[in-house]
Order: sequence, then structure tokens, then C-alpha cells
Amino acid sequence: MAQQYRVLIGKPGLDGHDRGAKFIARALRDAGFEVVYTGIRRTAEEIAASAVQEDVAAVGLSSMSGGHVRLFPAVIEALRNAGAGDIPVLGGGIIPDEDIEPLKQAGIEAIFTPGTPIETIIEAFRSACRKHHSHRS
Amino acid sequence: MELLQQLHRGDSRSIGRAISLVEDQDPAAARILAGLDQTRIEQSLVVGITGPPGVGKSTLTAGLIRHLRDQNQRVGIVAIDPSSPVSGGAILGDRIRMMAHALDREVVVRSMATRGRLGGLCASAGAAVRIMAASGCQTVIIETVGVGQTEMDIIRLADMTVMVLAPGFGDDVQAMKAGILEVADLLVINKADQPGADKLALDLGAVFTDTADRDLRLLRTVASEDRGLDMVLDRIMLMAKQFRQDNTLQKRRQHSFALETMDWAMEMLRPKISGLIAPGGKTDPRLAAQEIVKKLGQESSQ
Ligand SMILES: Nc1nc2c(ncn2[C@@H]2O[C@H](COP(=O)(O)OP(=O)(O)OP(=O)(O)O)[C@@H](O)[C@H]2O)c(=O)[nH]1
Ligand SMILES: [Mg+2]
Repeated sequence: MAQQYRVLIGKPGLDGHDRGAKFIARALRDAGFEVVYTGIRRTAEEIAASAVQEDVAAVGLSSMSGGHVRLFPAVIEALRNAGAGDIPVLGGGIIPDEDIEPLKQAGIEAIFTPGTPIETIIEAFRSACRKHHSHRS
Repeated sequence: MELLQQLHRGDSRSIGRAISLVEDQDPAAARILAGLDQTRIEQSLVVGITGPPGVGKSTLTAGLIRHLRDQNQRVGIVAIDPSSPVSGGAILGDRIRMMAHALDREVVVRSMATRGRLGGLCASAGAAVRIMAASGCQTVIIETVGVGQTEMDIIRLADMTVMVLAPGFGDDVQAMKAGILEVADLLVINKADQPGADKLALDLGAVFTDTADRDLRLLRTVASEDRGLDMVLDRIMLMAKQFRQDNTLQKRRQHSFALETMDWAMEMLRPKISGLIAPGGKTDPRLAAQEIVKKLGQESSQ
């Protein structure tokens, strides 16, 4: 049996547009992932606590309103505080080019923009999950 | 084993990981399951909540969590959604309604996909329930969608079953009315604020032969406004007490033990059996199966 990967898709911050998040969630499901969806307007701490309880292999974040520079690293920080700094975080949304490098510096595994092909996104999740599972004790 | 110790202390990470190891049939699972605190498991109460899609099961569950927390109970929730038969993937969305409890360490939520197990019973769900109970959850709720046989198998893992219905989901009700009281201990008409609730109550009331029984087991709620949930919890606790006294609970647990054992045995045999199926065999499938069972018997007696 192929390894079944579990991921969490969350939307930190205050904006209420979850079309992007839902689109990714469905695409991942169609690619065989089990996707825990936590809905909109979550704090970084809520996302981290959920990721821990659900024991997911990766967390995907969506941001449409420019909060990503603060919100994405906040989730990484919250995961570390929850003892789960090993769970990779991927992010997508409306993210200007100049923000990508700093986000990667802050530890975000991969960044997707509206132009990223869905196959690339799925492959990034798959490889993040594979890596995480290989270290799983 | 450190994981086992941490789990019994209620550590979220360890509970989550332990469930994954069982779900993925990792070799470490056996030691975890063998080491669980049986006394805590025996003392826990397992409540199944089921019903058609969208009737408000998760909202109701979230409300029950709140009331159980008021009573200072530690609560576990196993929320099961079907895997897509095409891709094998799943979207697990029940947690959305329970996010108010996301930061409460005494509320453990785990979303699980059915992973297309034949026979329907989701054996890993039973293990997840016991892991949560061993971690100190006094009440564990299993939420599962549907009114079909598969879902009822999952619900048989529970000590007690609450069937949630709502106005506008009448077709499902008509189809299942005959056997409903055999599978559901409590019937909850949720969305009682919506038109059609009275008619549904009348329809369902007719299923009971005894009005006193009906008044105990048929309840109305508006889960989104926390109306009627205290009553549901009261009835659950009342029944739990009664089930312990008249041995119903022990009998149900024995039954679910047998079901789960069967499910795991099938699961473990499947790869062996599929290795023994000759491709393009010319005999009848039933005869081929007989041969395989014979071979398996010989193997195990060697
Ligand atoms: N009017 C009304 N709406 C409700 C009530 N309870 C829940 N809802 C709404 O019904 C919708 C579905 O609720 P859920 O709790 O997700 O239902 P569910 O049965 O868990 O759904 P699935 O898990 O998808 O099968 C949500 O929009 C809720 O806000 C209620 O008592 N009255
Ligand atoms: Mg639900």
C-alpha cells in the first residue's frame, strides 16, 4: 500500500477569502492526500495545536491580503513552541516576489503564487511529506 | 517506551503520533496498543454521533464538548469522513466547527478518513478511541456521517449511539425508519428552529410503541444556539449509568471487540490472499477462494 500522507490546510489572519485554500485542499485530496481543513481566521497557535493533534506531515497556509510576512513565520514559531518545529510549512497566495526570499529565510519550505502550476504545488507537498515521514520516530 | 509514557500524561504530540502509527500499521503499533491503561479504557464512555451529511453533527459535538468541559471532563473526539474511492484522498472538515476548543489541552480532536476498508469497520478508529481514553479522556465522541450499514459498523465501536436528523433530510429518514431504534439509543432532531421540525418529530415519534420511551429517547436541539444540548448530555449520562448497571455496556464492548478483531484479521490477511490469487485463473472464483483458504490453513499448521 502506498504511504498515505496527512496534511493540514489553514488560513491564518483576518481576511475571509478561502477560495484559494479550498482549491488547494481539493486538489490535494484528488491527488490522494488526506487534508484536514481548519477554515478561515485562525490564529497561528490554533493552527499549530491542530497540526500537532492531527499529526500531519505538512502544514499549508494561504494568505490573500498581505499578512503573510508576519503570519507565516508566526505559525512556524507556534509549531516550535508546541514541540513540533519539524513539521514543514508551505505557503501560498498573493505574495510579491520580494517577499519570497525572506519567507524562505524564515523557514517556509516552499512558496506558491497564483502562477504556480498545481502539479508543482502537489509535488512540493508530496516531497515535504515524504521527507517528514522518513524522520518520523 | 517514552511515547507510551507521554501519551498517558496527556501529551498531544504523543497521542497524535500513536494514532498515526496504528493507522499506518507501523510495527511499533503493537507495543503501544499492548501498553494502554486498561482501567482508563474500561471507565471511559464512548458516544457515537451519526446522521446524514449536514444535519449539524459537528456543531452538536462542539456543543457537547463545551458542556463536558464545564463538568471538568477531558474529552476526545474521533471525526471520521469517507475517503474518495477514486483518489484515496479525503477532506476532513469536521474540525472547523470545533476550533473554539483548539487551544484547550483537555480536548483531543483527531480527524480520520475511512481509507476504503472493506467490511466498512474502521478498525483504526477503535484504536484511536482507546488511545484517547488511555490518555485520560473520560468521554470520547465518534462522529461519523451517514445512515448506511458501513457507518453503523463504525458506530458499533461506541457504547451508545446518537442519531442526528434535521428537517429537510426526510428521504433518509423514510428509508431507515424501520430499523432506526435498533441502532440509535437517542434520536436528536437538530435544527429545530427550521420549518419542518414538527413534522419530523411526528414522523419519528410514530416509530416508538411506548410514549414514555419516546419522551426519553427523542429530543430536539438547536445546536448552533446551544439549545437543548444540556438535555442531550443529561440523557447520555443517564443511559450510561443504566447501561453499566444492566450490563449492556459490557455486552456492547464484547461485541465491538469481536467486530474489530475480525476487521483487523481480514486486514492482515488481505496481502497474503492477494499474493495467492493466480492471475487469469480458469476455475470459478469460489473454488479458487476455497483453495486459498486451504493453503492458508496448511501454512499455519506447519
Ligand atoms: N439553523 C440551524 N443551523 C444549524 C444548526 N446546527 C448546525 N447548523 C448549521 O448546519 C450546517 C452544517 O453543520 P455541521 O455541524 O457541519 O453538520 P455535520 O452534520 O457535521 O456535517 P457533515 O460532517 O459535513 O456531515 C452549518 O452551517 C451549521 O452552522 C441548528 O440547530 N440550526
Ligand atoms: Mg461534521
